[in-house]
Amino acid sequence: MPAISLAKAPQPASTNPAQIRNFCIIAHIDHGKSTLADRMLGITEVVEARNMRAQYLDRMDIERERGITIKSQAVRLPWRSSIDGQEYILNMIDTPGHVDFTYEVSRSLAACEGAVLLVDCAQGIEAQTLANLYLAMENNLTIIPVLNKIDLPNAQPDKFAAELARLIGCKPEDCLRVSGKTGDGVAELLDQIVAQIPAPVGDPNAPARALIFDSVYDSYRGVVTYVRVVDGHLSPREQIQMFSTGVRHEALEVGVISPEPIAGKGLGVGEVGYLITGVKDVRQSRVGDTITTYNNPTKQPLSGYKDPKPMVFSGLFPLDGADFPILREALDKLQLNDAALVYEPESSAALGFGFRCGFLGLLHMEIVRERLEREHKLNLISTAPNVVYNVTMDDGKVVRVTNPSEFPDGKVEAVLEPIVKSTILAPSEFIGTIMELCQDRRGILLGMDYISEDRVEIRYDLPLAEIVFDFFDQLKSRTKGYASLDYEEKGDAEGNLVKVDILLQGEAVDAFSAIVHRDKAYAYGVMMTGKLRELIPRQQFEVPIQAAIGARIIARESIRAIRKDVLAKCYGGDISRKRKLLEKQKEGKKRMKMVGRVEVPQEAFVAALATDADIEKIKAARKASQ
Amino acid sequence: MTLSFYVHIPYCIKRCGYCDFNTYTPSELQDGATLEIVSNDYIDAVIKELESAPKQITPTIFFGGGTPSLLPAKDLGRVIQKIKDRNGLTPDCEITLEANPDSVTQEKLESYLEVGFNRISFGMQSAKPHVLAVLDRTHNPANVEKAVSMARTAGFQSISVDLIYGTPGESLDDWRQTVENALSLDIDHISAYALIVETGTKLAAQIKRGDLAMPIDDLMAEMYLLVDQLCQSHGMFWYELSNWSKPGHECRHNIAYWRNKNWWGLGPGAHSHIDAKRFWNVKHPTTYKQKLFSGETVIAESEDLTPDQKRDEAIMLGIRMREGLLTTDLNSSQIQTLATYGENGFVELLEDRVLLTPTGRLIADRIVRELTF
Repeated sequence: MPAISLAKAPQPASTNPAQIRNFCIIAHIDHGKSTLADRMLGITEVVEARNMRAQYLDRMDIERERGITIKSQAVRLPWRSSIDGQEYILNMIDTPGHVDFTYEVSRSLAACEGAVLLVDCAQGIEAQTLANLYLAMENNLTIIPVLNKIDLPNAQPDKFAAELARLIGCKPEDCLRVSGKTGDGVAELLDQIVAQIPAPVGDPNAPARALIFDSVYDSYRGVVTYVRVVDGHLSPREQIQMFSTGVRHEALEVGVISPEPIAGKGLGVGEVGYLITGVKDVRQSRVGDTITTYNNPTKQPLSGYKDPKPMVFSGLFPLDGADFPILREALDKLQLNDAALVYEPESSAALGFGFRCGFLGLLHMEIVRERLEREHKLNLISTAPNVVYNVTMDDGKVVRVTNPSEFPDGKVEAVLEPIVKSTILAPSEFIGTIMELCQDRRGILLGMDYISEDRVEIRYDLPLAEIVFDFFDQLKSRTKGYASLDYEEKGDAEGNLVKVDILLQGEAVDAFSAIVHRDKAYAYGVMMTGKLRELIPRQQFEVPIQAAIGARIIARESIRAIRKDVLAKCYGGDISRKRKLLEKQKEGKKRMKMVGRVEVPQEAFVAALATDADIEKIKAARKASQ
Repeated sequence: MTLSFYVHIPYCIKRCGYCDFNTYTPSELQDGATLEIVSNDYIDAVIKELESAPKQITPTIFFGGGTPSLLPAKDLGRVIQKIKDRNGLTPDCEITLEANPDSVTQEKLESYLEVGFNRISFGMQSAKPHVLAVLDRTHNPANVEKAVSMARTAGFQSISVDLIYGTPGESLDDWRQTVENALSLDIDHISAYALIVETGTKLAAQIKRGDLAMPIDDLMAEMYLLVDQLCQSHGMFWYELSNWSKPGHECRHNIAYWRNKNWWGLGPGAHSHIDAKRFWNVKHPTTYKQKLFSGETVIAESEDLTPDQKRDEAIMLGIRMREGLLTTDLNSSQIQTLATYGENGFVELLEDRVLLTPTGRLIADRIVRELTF
C-alpha cells in the first residue's frame, strides 16, 4: 500500500504547496461518506486498524446516531501516488450534508480546490447533493464523480454514471466506482485526487490570510478554529486578528488533525489545520471570516463572509417551569458552539417562561432541541416554527415579526415573507403529485429538467413558511420517500397573510396563534379547533374553542362539560386500589397547564402543533394511563 | 372499637364474562372434587384464619364472593358461630348473604336464616335477557322475583338487589325497565353499579376485538341520574354513591368500610383494615389453605397509611356518602375548589358540610383528585 508513515511524510509548516491536495466529499446523507472517510483513514494508515471504529470522524453521539455530520472537520492524509510515486499531503475537508447548513458548506468548499462527488449507485443523486455540486462548480472546484456502494446487489452504476456524466459534462466512464464498505477502488480514488485536483496556489510572502471554515467549542481547549491558509503563514505564539471584528488573539496552538490533533510549528500556504486561542465562544471565531496577523495584517479579506442569519423561529419552553434556569444555562452553553443559534427570553400566557429561538432551518432546530433534551435532561415544548415577517402598517411603520403574537393589531398595509428558490429531484412518475403539493403551498414553477431518463429536477419558488410547515414530510410521503429537496433564500415577497388566533373560552392562547395565507385561514381554524377538541379533556363546564382573525370568528367547536368521572364500586379491597389510581391520575394532572380556567394537558400543546400521527400516539398513551 | 368481618367465598358454578373477582369453579381447584368436600375444607381454613383476628365485638358480617349461596347453610353457619363464640355479636348484628337468584330454594333460604343470616343481597344485574346474555349471567330474570318473595317468606328483614348499568347494547329504556322492575319487588335496598370493563375478562376481549362497544359516558351519566331519580320517587334514598335504601335499611357493613372502621377479611385475596393498617391475603385458595395449615401467615402484602393518606382516604370515601364532608375537616383551598364546583352545580355547600349533587356524584373522582393527594 502506498501509505507513508506520519513521521516520514512532509511536515506541517514546511510542505511545498505543490505536494498538497485539498478536497471535500459532497454526498447525501446515507450515501456512504463517513464509511468512505473511514476507509481513507485506514488505507493511508493514519488510523491503525486496531483503533478503527465506524464513522471515526463524527464526534458527537447525536451525529453518529442520525447518520449525519453537523460539523465539518479536516484530516491530513499522507499518500504516495502509485501513478508518479511522489509523496503528497491530502487534506480531506468534511462538509455538512443538509440544506440548513448551505453557508457552512460553501465555506468548506471555498477551502478546497476539488470535490469528490459521491453518489450511492443504488439511489442516484439527491437534491441537496446537486445543490452542493452546483455550489462547487460555481467555486471552480475540480469535480471527481464517484459511484459508491458498487457492492450492493441493487447497484445500477451504469444508469447513475450516465446521470452524473450529464450533470457534470464528463463521460460516463470517467466516473470512478468504489465501495466504502469493502475498500474497492479507494486507493485509485486517492491517486485520482492527486492527479486531477490542482495544487493550492498562494503567496508565501504576502500578509497572512486564512479562511475559517469551521469553529468548534471544546470544553477543555476552548474554541478550536479550522482554517485553510491562502497566503502567508500562521505560527504558534503569534498575535492573530479576525478581519471582521478586528479582535486580536494569541495563537496558543497551531496544528493539524491526522485524525487526532497534532500541535506543530504552524501552517503554510495551501495547508489546512486548526488553531486555538483560548477563546470560549465560537462567535469570536466566525465561519467565513479571514484570519490575518496583527503585526502584518492583510488589507484584503477573503471573499464570501456572511453573518449567520436565522430563518426559522420557534419558542422553546420547559415542561416544568422550574427548569427555566437550566434551559437558559443550556442555551448559553450551546451557543458557545453554534454561532447561528440566537435566542431571547419569551413569556407565554399558556406555556410560561421560555426562549424565542432562531435557527438556520428545521434540521438545525431539531438538532438544538434534541441536544437540549439529551445533554441537559430537559423536557421541552416547542411552538410551531415560523419565519420572519416584515409587516408594514398603514402609517408606514414597519414591524419585524418573529412570533405570531407580535403580529400588530392595527391596520396592515402589507406583509412581506421570505421566499426560497427550491429544487426537487424525484423520479418522473411523481411530477404530478409534486406539482400539486407545490401549487397547494403557493409555489411558482420556475422550470423542470430531466436529469436522466426517468428522473427530473423541478424548480419552484416557495414561501419559506410553507416549507417550514411539514412540506418535507408531505413531499417524502407523497413520493414514497424518493424525492429530495433543497432550497436557498431568494429575498422577501408580499403575501396575503393574516394572523389566526385560537381562543379557549374567549381567551386567545398565544402558543396556537399562526400567521397564514388568507385563503388558508379557515382551514387552519377548522383544523386547530378540531384538534383541540380531541386533545383537551372535558372540563367542569362547557369550553368553546374558536378560531378568529382579529375580532371575526371563522371557526368554532366546543368541548362539552364532563359528565362522568367516578368508579361506582368502592368496597373493602377497592379502597387501596382506588387510592393508588387517584394518586396516579393526580400525577397526570400535574402535567396540565391552566389557560384561564381551562386545564390543558401539555401533550395538547405538543400535538396541536404536530401532525395527525402524533395525535394518535398521544391518545393511545392517554388511554393506556387510564 | 368493633370489628366487622367479611367472609370471602371464592366459588362460582361458572365465571361470568365481566367478572374479575377472585373466584373459581370447584373443578378448577380440585379434579373431580364435589362442592361438598371443597366447601368443608374451605370453611376449616377460614376458621383457622379467624384465630389471628382481634377479639373485638362484631356488629356486621358479610359473606361475599364468588357465590356464597353455593355453600350449604351449615358450613357458613360454622363461621358465624365461631365469630359469635370468640368475638361476640352486637344485639343488632347485621349478617348478609350474597346470593344468586338461581341457586336458592325456599328450604335453603330458611336454613340460612336459621344459622343467623338476616340480610340477603341478590345479584339481579338486569331485567333484560339480552343484557344478561352480554353479561354472561345464567339466571332467568323471572327467578329474581321468586327469590325475593321466598326470602321474605323465609323471614329475611332486609333484602337487596344488585344492578349493573352501561352494559354494551343496553339502552336508556332497557335500564329504565330494569330499575322499575327492581322497584316493583318487595325489596329494601338497591345497589347500582356502572359496568367496569376489567382487563383480562372475556368482556374486555370482546370489546378489544370490536364485537361489543361500551356505551359513551353521557349515556352512563343519564343512566345514573335515572336510577337515582326512580329510587327517590319510590322511597329509596341514596346514602352512598351507588346505594339506595329505605330508611333504616342502609347496609351497615358497607358503611363500616366507608367510615374507616376496623374490618377483617377472611379468605383468599380478602382485604383487612385495622387502625391505620391495610393488608390483604394471598389470592389463590389452594395457596391460602396450604399456608394456613402449615402455620404460615396468609398475608400477602400490607401498607401502613400515613396521616396524609388517612386524611385523603377519608375524603375519598366520605364524599361519596349522603352526609358529605364536614367543613371543619377541610382547609380553605379545598373549600375554594369546592366553591367552583358549587358554581357549576356539582356540589351543595351547606353551613357545616359539603354534599355532592347527583351530577357531582358522577364526577366524584375528579373532585377528589382536586381535593387530595
